[in-house]
Amino acid sequence: MALIELVGIERVFHLGDTEVHALSKLDLVINDGEYVAIMGQSGSGKSTLLNLLGMLDSPNEGVYKLEGIDVTTLTPDEQAKIRSQRIGFVFQSFHLVPRLTAAENIALPMMLAGIPAVERARRVDKALQDFGLDKRSDHRPDQLSGGQRQRVAIARATIMQPAMILADEPTGNLDRATGEEVMHLLEGLNASGVTLLVVTHDPVLGARASRQLVMEDGKLITDKNNSASSSPTLPD
Amino acid sequence: MRGADIFRFARAAATGYPLRTGLSVLAMAIGVAAVVVLTALGDGARTYVVSQFSSLGSNLVIVLPGRSATGGFSPANAVTRTPRDLTIDDAVAVLRTPAVQRAAPLLVGTSEINFSGRLREVLVAGTTLSYFQIRGLKALQGTLLPDDDWNRALPVAVIGVKIRDEVFAGQEAVGQFIRLGGRRVRVVGVLAPSGQGVGFNADELVLVPVALSQAMFNSNTLFRILIEAKSRDHIEMAKRDVAALLKTRHSGEEDVTVITQDAVLATFDKLLVALTAAVAGIAAISLAVAGILVMNVMLVAVTQRTGEIGLLKALGARAATIRQAFLAEAAVLSIMGAVLGYGLGEFGAFAIRTFYPIFPAYPPAWAVIAAVVTSLTTGILFGLMPASRASKMNPVEALMKH
Repeated sequence: MALIELVGIERVFHLGDTEVHALSKLDLVINDGEYVAIMGQSGSGKSTLLNLLGMLDSPNEGVYKLEGIDVTTLTPDEQAKIRSQRIGFVFQSFHLVPRLTAAENIALPMMLAGIPAVERARRVDKALQDFGLDKRSDHRPDQLSGGQRQRVAIARATIMQPAMILADEPTGNLDRATGEEVMHLLEGLNASGVTLLVVTHDPVLGARASRQLVMEDGKLITDKNNSASSSPTLPD
Repeated sequence: MRGADIFRFARAAATGYPLRTGLSVLAMAIGVAAVVVLTALGDGARTYVVSQFSSLGSNLVIVLPGRSATGGFSPANAVTRTPRDLTIDDAVAVLRTPAVQRAAPLLVGTSEINFSGRLREVLVAGTTLSYFQIRGLKALQGTLLPDDDWNRALPVAVIGVKIRDEVFAGQEAVGQFIRLGGRRVRVVGVLAPSGQGVGFNADELVLVPVALSQAMFNSNTLFRILIEAKSRDHIEMAKRDVAALLKTRHSGEEDVTVITQDAVLATFDKLLVALTAAVAGIAAISLAVAGILVMNVMLVAVTQRTGEIGLLKALGARAATIRQAFLAEAAVLSIMGAVLGYGLGEFGAFAIRTFYPIFPAYPPAWAVIAAVVTSLTTGILFGLMPASRASKMNPVEALMKH
């Protein structure tokens, strides 16, 4: 089943009097449960595509259907609701709120969604266990290592049980070993059924995905599906 | 997002930046404290004046020579510019009206007191025994003025306690002869310390029989007639009767003014309430300034937390939620400022009361409520613009600024 359907997407930025086509005539279908790497040089439009998929940005033209709903016609509040319930974001620079503890950061999406505190505490406790953060729940981000911070961010992205996770260079600020650990975690989530989209400029990282999209000047130039491994094999 | 969560989030955000928050809270607190302290002073002044007037005597009606009330133009007023004297006989006659309990003629002038070479300028009040009764003055030593014919000028004097200390310097005063404006007068009594009084302080007063003072100051007219009505309900009746009586005695001319202490009190009360309100208004300007500071702080907060706003949007926060969160933060700053300011203000008022126990500096409830409400309103009003700016931020651009 198609989770994402993009048809004829155009995204134009105006820099002074020059028009920059960040995305042009983009068509794309991503199915439920896929593991997709979006690759390309900086400026190729991969981040714009990710923002668009996360409804942080809107196309100038074209149709974006998420789970069959044309989301470009929704009001900002309706889009916010879909972001809250269906989409989890993981950022390169973690984007944790510095004054909140790990547990509070994880609970933030639930708080915004108006979930009662008791239910929040229950789910946060489980997430802290699942992500190996149970001893770090009262730590603020500046008391956590990079890997722990990104684990908190991933816990936060998954706490609302979204349909897809959009990860923008999730290992960009981490050393090799920690990056490997974080990718392992994300791939584990994908194995459990969550659609995973990873933006990266690292070909090695991109090669792990079951499907690689390569972008250049706002267009898709490669769409390679490693159909051999429809469900990704996890390295030990 | 739930209300309690918005408040908790805003509080955490405010306390997350202690210096910035502290300064704006301080500004708001100073504004609120200024209102509380200044209105405490104003209201204290009012209470003080009112209580001092009350200490002049109860159920008081006062007769002044001359027509001061504006009764419109009448030919009689135009022809006779000089009022008739208010005489001792007028005071005696007043005693015969039914609503009057006591009456005391009063004539005031300054003179020089001299005892064995020690001189000082004093205020001399010519009056009768009834004056002491109306004002509740007691003798510390000796007696009060004799209960005598009001027209007899006995050469006796009752002196205030401060005059005794200064002029007699520890010697026995009662029975001594002093020179008062060139006359030889015997001191018959010393007044008990009376505390402060409006107009003149009885501690620094020399009291002599009214007829003697008339001779000393070469004057036939009285300064005042103080009248004590039989009860509170008799005040208006006494005022009316006395005015009518004196009009008859003065050949049908209304050439005296009769006022009640209540009227004087009401005037002072009104005046000082207005003064307090004006002072509160001036202090409230500082609240507006504090409100602008809160806005500035909130604008800085919005700029500083741009990345966080982008994140909240990515996590599914609606624009309204972000607006509420920042408004709540402005409200938290204002609430903390208001509470701290109220505490500071009450402490200031307490300090004033401690150092000047005579001065009842209690902030009136209306001023406290007005100060707190104003601080909250300005804080939230000035928080509106930054909050709306935060809610309208483009999430992609906001997320890039981290």
